[in-house]
Amino acid sequence: MEVIFRVSERILIACVKGDVDHHSAAPLRNTIDESMKAFGCSDLIMDFSGVEFMDSSGIGVVLGRYKRLAESGGSFYISGCSGHIERLLEMSGVFSLVPAAEDFENAVDLINGRQQMCMEV
Amino acid sequence: MNNYMRVEFSALAENEAFARAVAAAFVMPLDPTVEELTEIKTAVSEAVSNSIIHGYRDSCCKKDAVVVLECRIMSGGKVVIKVVDEGAGIEDVSRAMEPLFTTGDEEERSGMGFTVMESFMDKLSVESERGKGTTVTMTKYLDIVRGI
Repeated sequence: MEVIFRVSERILIACVKGDVDHHSAAPLRNTIDESMKAFGCSDLIMDFSGVEFMDSSGIGVVLGRYKRLAESGGSFYISGCSGHIERLLEMSGVFSLVPAAEDFENAVDLINGRQQMCMEV
Repeated sequence: MNNYMRVEFSALAENEAFARAVAAAFVMPLDPTVEELTEIKTAVSEAVSNSIIHGYRDSCCKKDAVVVLECRIMSGGKVVIKVVDEGAGIEDVSRAMEPLFTTGDEEERSGMGFTVMESFMDKLSVESERGKGTTVTMTKYLDIVRGI
């Protein structure tokens, strides 16, 4: 498992590659949480288009990040879900909490659009 | 075609990838679909992770903490997979199998392991005795019409 980070203003984009299982879940969440802090980001996008395998540990990582972002008031999107990942996340109701975008560029637009709307209001 | 294999490995998290790869390689001659293969790999990963996380949670340093993976291929594309540990056992199996049930969320676990096994495989049975260990038996019927 490896994570490639991109930063777009206040948004951290974590492109996850390889296998997400119990073994890789702890390093995955640690590297994301540390990078949020290090880059001073308030919003997060987890992109799964490079993920080759995921089990229910991935659900735990997504829900864990959701809790943190909900507490701090940041936006959280996931993107690039394969059919398998979609099925896994669907099973635990993740999509009712965390919206999914087709790809991370799309998620960036959605977050920026949402913030724009908030400012106008 | 009848075929059988058994592997035994240390109850270490790094062996989760090994276990699911072995199970996937073993069923390969049945020409499973990518989806079937992913389902088997995911279910094996869940069962093996459970043994490592829960079965041996208090004895991670014990030398003989091992997990056994058994696969049997039977006629008609029937695959039976067993994951066996001699760990702590599960106090209340039906409760442990409830979706979202977890023993604690300090590790951000989803409590979806058994639910995933149940929905990705055709049959799931769990035998467990406190202090003696747990055996998870999963059956999947592969669609072999296209295959052999």
